[in-house]
Amino acid sequence: MSAAGGSRPPALLAGVGIAVVALLGLPLVYLVVRAVEGDAWDVLLSENLAHLIWDTGVLVVVVTATGLALGVPLAWLVVRTDLPGRTVWATLAALPLVIPSYVAALVLLAAFGPRGLLQKLLEPLGVDRVPEIYGLLGAWLALTLSTYPFVFLLAASALRSLDPALEEAARGLGRSPLETFRRVTLPVLRPALGAGALLVALYVLSDFGAVSLMQYDSLTRAIFLQYRSLFDRAPAAVLSLVLVALSGLILVLELRMRGRALARYGRAGTGVARRPRVVALGGWRWPALGFCSLAVGLGLVVPIAVLCYWAVRAFTRVEPVDWSWGPVAGSVGVSLVAAAVTVAATLPIAILAVRFPRGWTLALERLSYAGNALPGIVIALSLVFFAANYATPIYQTTALLVFAYVVRFFPQALAGSHSALVRVSPRLEEAARGLGRRPVSVFARITAPLLAPGLLTGAALVFLSTMKELPATLLLRPIGFETLATEIWKYTAVAAYSRAALPALVLIAVSAPIVYLLGVRSGSEVETPG
Amino acid sequence: MRFGVLALLALALAACGGDGGGSGDGTLTIYSGREEELVGPLIEKFEQASGTNVEVRYGDSAELAATIAEEGDNSPADVFFAQDPGSLGAVEERGQLAPLDESVLERVPERFRSADGRWVGTSGRVRVIAYNTEELSENEVPDSVLDLTDPKWKGKIGFPPTNASFQAFVTAMRLSAGDEKTRQWLEGIKANDPKLYERNTPVVEAVAAGEILLGLVNHYYLYLVKEENPDAAVANHYLNADDPGALVSVAGAGILDSADSKEEAADFIDYLLSEEGQQFYVDQAEEAEYPLIDGIEPKEGLPPLDSIPGPQLDLTRFGTELERTLELLNEVGFTT
Repeated sequence: MSAAGGSRPPALLAGVGIAVVALLGLPLVYLVVRAVEGDAWDVLLSENLAHLIWDTGVLVVVVTATGLALGVPLAWLVVRTDLPGRTVWATLAALPLVIPSYVAALVLLAAFGPRGLLQKLLEPLGVDRVPEIYGLLGAWLALTLSTYPFVFLLAASALRSLDPALEEAARGLGRSPLETFRRVTLPVLRPALGAGALLVALYVLSDFGAVSLMQYDSLTRAIFLQYRSLFDRAPAAVLSLVLVALSGLILVLELRMRGRALARYGRAGTGVARRPRVVALGGWRWPALGFCSLAVGLGLVVPIAVLCYWAVRAFTRVEPVDWSWGPVAGSVGVSLVAAAVTVAATLPIAILAVRFPRGWTLALERLSYAGNALPGIVIALSLVFFAANYATPIYQTTALLVFAYVVRFFPQALAGSHSALVRVSPRLEEAARGLGRRPVSVFARITAPLLAPGLLTGAALVFLSTMKELPATLLLRPIGFETLATEIWKYTAVAAYSRAALPALVLIAVSAPIVYLLGVRSGSEVETPG
Repeated sequence: MRFGVLALLALALAACGGDGGGSGDGTLTIYSGREEELVGPLIEKFEQASGTNVEVRYGDSAELAATIAEEGDNSPADVFFAQDPGSLGAVEERGQLAPLDESVLERVPERFRSADGRWVGTSGRVRVIAYNTEELSENEVPDSVLDLTDPKWKGKIGFPPTNASFQAFVTAMRLSAGDEKTRQWLEGIKANDPKLYERNTPVVEAVAAGEILLGLVNHYYLYLVKEENPDAAVANHYLNADDPGALVSVAGAGILDSADSKEEAADFIDYLLSEEGQQFYVDQAEEAEYPLIDGIEPKEGLPPLDSIPGPQLDLTRFGTELERTLELLNEVGFTT
């Protein structure tokens, strides 16, 4: 990694960056081919489209807003305060990300459906049915709970790397704590919050599981219906391109809002990284714990409780519960590889955008987000098309499957890499080079340790998303390769919830230590000086 | 810490190492839109009986049909085993299915196979009304779907308007009772404030929970829900034999034109329609579909198939008729 802010990016770096974005663009190429070939542009004129776009937009806005409202305070509480048990909260609050949205929706329906478990609990009180949660309410709830960890993890990572000197200066100048937060902390967090909000918004655009079970009309659902009932790939492609256009709009909006955020907040000083002052919550501890319990309760405890309720049913059966570790190894293995490869693939793009900011490098970075709003099935079919016809040897291999995950989850890792690089001042590297260190040694001793928390946050996001990925896994996996997500699907497809509960619980349990290792522990570790 | 991450990665690479091999010689590759939990044992029986090595890719029927379309001539699939005539018809229409042997085709009544002889029904399913057994006795349940527009069912009916089998049911009604009558019926149902669901199983579960009292579904979902929860308060009511809603449809299979293992593929379809293969639907607890060949009686408690003639319709026509059905559902406001 060469430094020097104003110079032109090295040709090799530029070449690799462009190649990565070109590969990420394959689904878009596929969609254009299908749309042009099928000539189904009249879909754009149907009056339903406006209605679908509106409904999709409403869902994106409410889920993103709630995600921020949940994620930011949670991050602040676990990083900056003396909240009791904060490492535990930090791990628990990130875990809902691993619950597939269709499972989240299933569980919410089982718990809060008109005649769900809640109603059963309330029946002695004469409650015959509880109000409907189908529609916007259910979709909002299910999606918020499965996406707020994006904001939470990125905000927590940014807060950990925050230079305490900034806040201390503001306090020294007589600003109140609240004002310091608003005028100093929040602006510094803005890139991380923007990136988190972006991931939430793109996820909502691409999600099918929650909106279908909750019967909410979104564009993605319309795309699935084209495939499922009409077997027509052309209108589905046109609708997918509308989704891409919508995500383009969101990307531009986010860039606008980020505004000045491109200015450097890198630590100006030398290696005097230290823990920022811990805020004593005092009497506020109880409402703070209440807030954490609400988020973790709805996002994690309710799903786990319902899953346990189902699992118990399976174990009280006469027939034995068959269990194999194959899917666990498959899920964890492929997800770790996907996380590592994705983070590595984001580095050239992030370095270009952060170290050599100019029109085309920033455009390249934005372009790498373009396909992220596409539903998994669209990305899967595009890769089926390219691989089966032009790269037959890798078709239906784990290599292609990992590639599909990279394409789907690239922005999640990019968010981590980007914010990590922003915080590493090139001057530090220059100084080390000036002291006679070779570039490799500079990278290993200076750059990598400073980058680590951001990169690991990105890796954690990709890992969790891959653990639960279903549509691309189903179509692209080698035959016989099983993951926990495909196991869950196998059973939910035949309404065997009791047997689906076990792999779902294992999915959560296996992810917990890895979230802790990647997202929580690594972040706090780097704060210790040395 | 750094060591921890490296160790995890090494573990991961080790776990990913063993890839399943592709389709080699003599290996039969099946793309199955039918669920592993239901047909997995059947496919295993075939493997044992024939000694053929079988690989199965499970997925959603329509998604697999789209996959086969994208793969084109390079499709690794030899057999497409699908949930509905629609998915099979879509692959057939693209010219990707090979003609089946006449001796296999003729074991199944004509209306349960493709007119071109390129796919064949392997098991049958019947449209029924699932009802809540705590709130209703069977004689209170209408014998005709036409009676569901009665205001007394307001807010008590549920169905999955975007589901292929419901749409096929509406197509059947259109073809037997006419577009205008079907529209009036849909509007009448709409006025009755029905609850809409994504798929058939949630409808049956909602009936069992008492969320709704009547559900328009295929008969065999009841057995899945009962398997999960034997106490579920739900049962099937079969419609009048001549009811426009009493559609009998099929799951089926076809051989890919590009198949490498055509012989094994033909053996598999032959097995599916053999006595042993059809007896499976009678013996297997969760799998309550109708056997289609002569001489095998359905599972106990199922009325014989010839007592439910339903609208006598050529299922191959359903593919081309679907667009009009969707337009109608859209106009009435059930789908967007």
